[in-house]
Amino acid sequence: MAKGYETVIGLEVHVELATKTKIFCGCSTEFGGEPNTHTCPVCTGMPGSLPVLNKQVVEYAMAVGLATNCQIHQKCKFDRKNYFYPDNPQNYQISQLYLPICHDGWVEIETEEGKKRVGIHEIHMEEDAGKLIHDEWGDCSLVDFNRSGVPLIEIVSEPDMRSAQEVIAYLDKLRLIIQYLGASDCKLQEGSMRADVNLSVREKGSDVFGTRTEMKNLNSFKAIARAIEGEKNRQIDLIEDGQSVIQETRRWDDTKEYSYPMRSKEDAQDYRYFPDPDLAPIVISDEWLEEIRSRQPELRTEKLERYKQEFDIPQYDAEILTGSKRLADIFEATTAICQKPKKVSNWLMGETLRLLKEHDQEPEDLAFSPENLARLIQMVEEGTINNKAAKEVFEQIFTQDTDPGAYVEEHGMESVSDEGELRRVIEGIVEANPQSVADYKGGKKKAIGFLVGQTMKAMKGKADPGAVNKILAEILDK
Amino acid sequence: MANIISDETIDYVGILSKLELSDQEKEQAKKDMGRMLDYIDKLNGLDTSQVEPMSHVFPVHNVFREDVVTNGDVREDILENAPEQKDGQFQVPKTVE
Amino acid sequence: MDILDLTAIQLGEKIKKKELTALEATEAALRQISSNESTYHCYVTVDEEKALRRAGQVQEEIEAGRATGPLAGVPVAVKDNICTKGMRTTCSSRILGDFVPTYTASAAEALEGAGAIILGKTNMDEFAMGSTTETSYYGVTKNPWNTEHVPGGSSGGSCAAVAAREAFCALGSDTGGSIRQPSSFCGVTGLKPTYGTVSRYGLIAYGSSLDQIGPVAKDVADCAALLEVLTVYDPKDSTSVRREETDFTSALTGDVKGMRIGIPRDHMGEGLDPQIRASVEQAAKALEEQGAVVEEFDLSLVEYAIPAYYVIASAEASSNLSRFDGVKYGYRTEEYEGLHNMYKKTRSEGFGEEVKRRIMLGSFVLSSGYYDAYYLKALRTKALIKEAFDRAFEKYDVILGPTAPSTAPKLGESLKDPLKMYLGDIYTVSVNLAGLPAMSVPYGIDEQNLPIGVQFIGGSFQEKAVIRAGYALEQTREWHMPGSKKGGR
Repeated sequence: MAKGYETVIGLEVHVELATKTKIFCGCSTEFGGEPNTHTCPVCTGMPGSLPVLNKQVVEYAMAVGLATNCQIHQKCKFDRKNYFYPDNPQNYQISQLYLPICHDGWVEIETEEGKKRVGIHEIHMEEDAGKLIHDEWGDCSLVDFNRSGVPLIEIVSEPDMRSAQEVIAYLDKLRLIIQYLGASDCKLQEGSMRADVNLSVREKGSDVFGTRTEMKNLNSFKAIARAIEGEKNRQIDLIEDGQSVIQETRRWDDTKEYSYPMRSKEDAQDYRYFPDPDLAPIVISDEWLEEIRSRQPELRTEKLERYKQEFDIPQYDAEILTGSKRLADIFEATTAICQKPKKVSNWLMGETLRLLKEHDQEPEDLAFSPENLARLIQMVEEGTINNKAAKEVFEQIFTQDTDPGAYVEEHGMESVSDEGELRRVIEGIVEANPQSVADYKGGKKKAIGFLVGQTMKAMKGKADPGAVNKILAEILDK
Repeated sequence: MANIISDETIDYVGILSKLELSDQEKEQAKKDMGRMLDYIDKLNGLDTSQVEPMSHVFPVHNVFREDVVTNGDVREDILENAPEQKDGQFQVPKTVE
Repeated sequence: MDILDLTAIQLGEKIKKKELTALEATEAALRQISSNESTYHCYVTVDEEKALRRAGQVQEEIEAGRATGPLAGVPVAVKDNICTKGMRTTCSSRILGDFVPTYTASAAEALEGAGAIILGKTNMDEFAMGSTTETSYYGVTKNPWNTEHVPGGSSGGSCAAVAAREAFCALGSDTGGSIRQPSSFCGVTGLKPTYGTVSRYGLIAYGSSLDQIGPVAKDVADCAALLEVLTVYDPKDSTSVRREETDFTSALTGDVKGMRIGIPRDHMGEGLDPQIRASVEQAAKALEEQGAVVEEFDLSLVEYAIPAYYVIASAEASSNLSRFDGVKYGYRTEEYEGLHNMYKKTRSEGFGEEVKRRIMLGSFVLSSGYYDAYYLKALRTKALIKEAFDRAFEKYDVILGPTAPSTAPKLGESLKDPLKMYLGDIYTVSVNLAGLPAMSVPYGIDEQNLPIGVQFIGGSFQEKAVIRAGYALEQTREWHMPGSKKGGR
């Protein structure tokens, strides 16, 4: 590379909101129904049907705007974006162009190069499209409108990012904010969070932007990082070759690690936006805005500080715990029950993360109830079960949210805390292993390990190792 | 006629509105649209520089639904009028190459 | 007595008094339809079997004391752009040729809830675009007063059906005059309510910010009674308004003493047929004699209403009609290569000329580079027109003028020159732009023996003033319907 280049990146992030119903009709947003079973005349564009706005969508959008330091347009409205495509039942999408609900905000990101602000140009509300399935055998495509009309917010950043690292830090920041607000689960893989990357390159030091392209179809952080690298190189190659970059939308193919133009002569890219006459404007009063502001939950940064102060959790652990809303929720709920923050943190940082990795899952997928973890911690504390047994029980809690009490009882896993019985068993072991006893008394203190092991074996693992050690020492040191 | 509609414009409008016109229809459409725009240009005689565009006549605002599921499965109804359907879905020409 | 001569209210009373049954009334209407349809062609679809079955049910409801409203048992017609579950709804377009809605429009539901019996769906200009009902894919409707003339449009089928006594009353829709103009051409009474009064849910949209469903009837009293039934706040329509004082029939007093009536000079000038001008003047005189205070005034901006209307209505239509694409319902072309070719062929074959003309105009005025100059300019003009009306209604209770500049033209005359046809909407479109209520009341007959309509325009939500004035005027008129005393065929 002869010259030094700088990559300029802006993001358009679509987030599916966690409402129960669609944005303009009372159909469920639930995933996984049979095709077209979550549809009605409104979200399939039947003639004569009309949209009615879901209030929760506006409130989630306001909450995200406030949490990203945006200004709120207290008078906003919806516009129609006109384009033909079969997944778009009306052949227009109801969106916001002229007066988006939020504008001019920012979030702070942190990378190895330090802290930095990324500007947010606007956040607007819109409806999602349906799903197109390509029928390989029938040489046709099939349309399912179950997702049609699911509420989205689109967060449009300023072109403030310069590397894949910054992009990922920004996405992670948005993800955490939105998850904390409860506005979305933000799963990239499942498409509840989607990012389109606007990218251009320019010579270092230049203050004019190069021609940008928009890349779609990025469904993991890794794909985003690869796409940024790939597109940057493609654009630099063009420029070095004396060619120019064309402003266009491109589709990233992650297996080929290359982007392809999506343009067709049938798409004019002229969306003929105009205010949707079927929907009334939204007027957000100061009171309403205040109400949303006052309802804002504690966000990540505040929570992290609180964990350190209130629970004496180290920085690293607090970062991990608050790095997922789900994990933080479980931490707090469990701690509230058992009042043992350190123990809870240990279970989450240790076994929970290990099992998540083993099952190839995200913290958001955690499904066990805090009650069961709290109960387990309590049982260990009380010596009802030992640590080894507890780990086994926890696997059951992790996978099936099993009630630990019932499980332990059913499988006879209680530690034998009856000292009399334990003492009798140990006395028997001591008697049966004179050599080990002699070794121990002869100074080989390690020999006690063998005796402990024998005892545990005899007790079928149900003894508390602490108690076994204590009794053995008593007998041997007599 | 003050507004001369070019072939390019009519073709462009055809792409936007997904209409295919024969050459004869195109000529007619160019004439009709030009004449209509000449007539619409009458509006230029009106000073509207101090006027806000009015999309809704009445000050109705904040018309909302609560976030409650009210619709059940009416797939049969939804597909009833489909020109072509397959496996509970609307069938369309292939959308990818 | 001929059942068919009764107004809807009169019929409802007779049914209530058990002098007649809903079934007899329905059979009478169906007989009239079967003997006259080949001449007038008011309907796209008539569902005899369903109507008769429903008449039987309604009669039972009446006898059980459950259906007690003034329209219980009355056979009605519904314009074919209003969705009716299980009954084909075409908008008089090829593209919706086999479309059978799976739900009923709120307005039609309200009508059925009041015990009315839907006979069928009336012909119209395709997608309500036109002023003659000649743009229908299913053939032209003829004016019952003279079959060489058009019934007007776009609700020509509804108005002709009432005039030809093929229905006791009907639902129409009005985007730029589509209830009032054909009402005046057919000698019937038609009312366009204030925007937001009647739910648009299930009305297949043309210009969403202008469309309103309204009644077409034999007289003002029937219009008022129908409007009472149709005025329902509908949570399914975000533009629906919660109305107060919806007892519109209480305005049928005949008393206009002290009522302030303004006649816009700009509605009485050049381009208006002198016979119609004379009718309006006679109407003014008749009302004055009843104690109303009538004066002329300048409304202003009248010449800007049509261009603003065509920009707004076409823009909205270009978007509203994009859902007709051969994917989900309606017509799909036989042969095509790929998706975009399917779209283009389906739409080019499915839509008629006038519809395509407006879709293209609408797409153009919204396209990149033209939005401000055309669309926003039209929305600004609309604001000024609304202001002009607001000023007028500070001084007057109602505005009186002609409904249309001429009586019904001959078949085939209007479509030759679309722009000239558009100019026929000059007195009606501004009312839609401003969202106001207005009613056309028959008053006089021209020398061709065609009916003349006069228009009453009210301020927002002032239907009662319109009804009050219209009813008082009606009392001074000799009754005329085709086939009755003064009318002719």
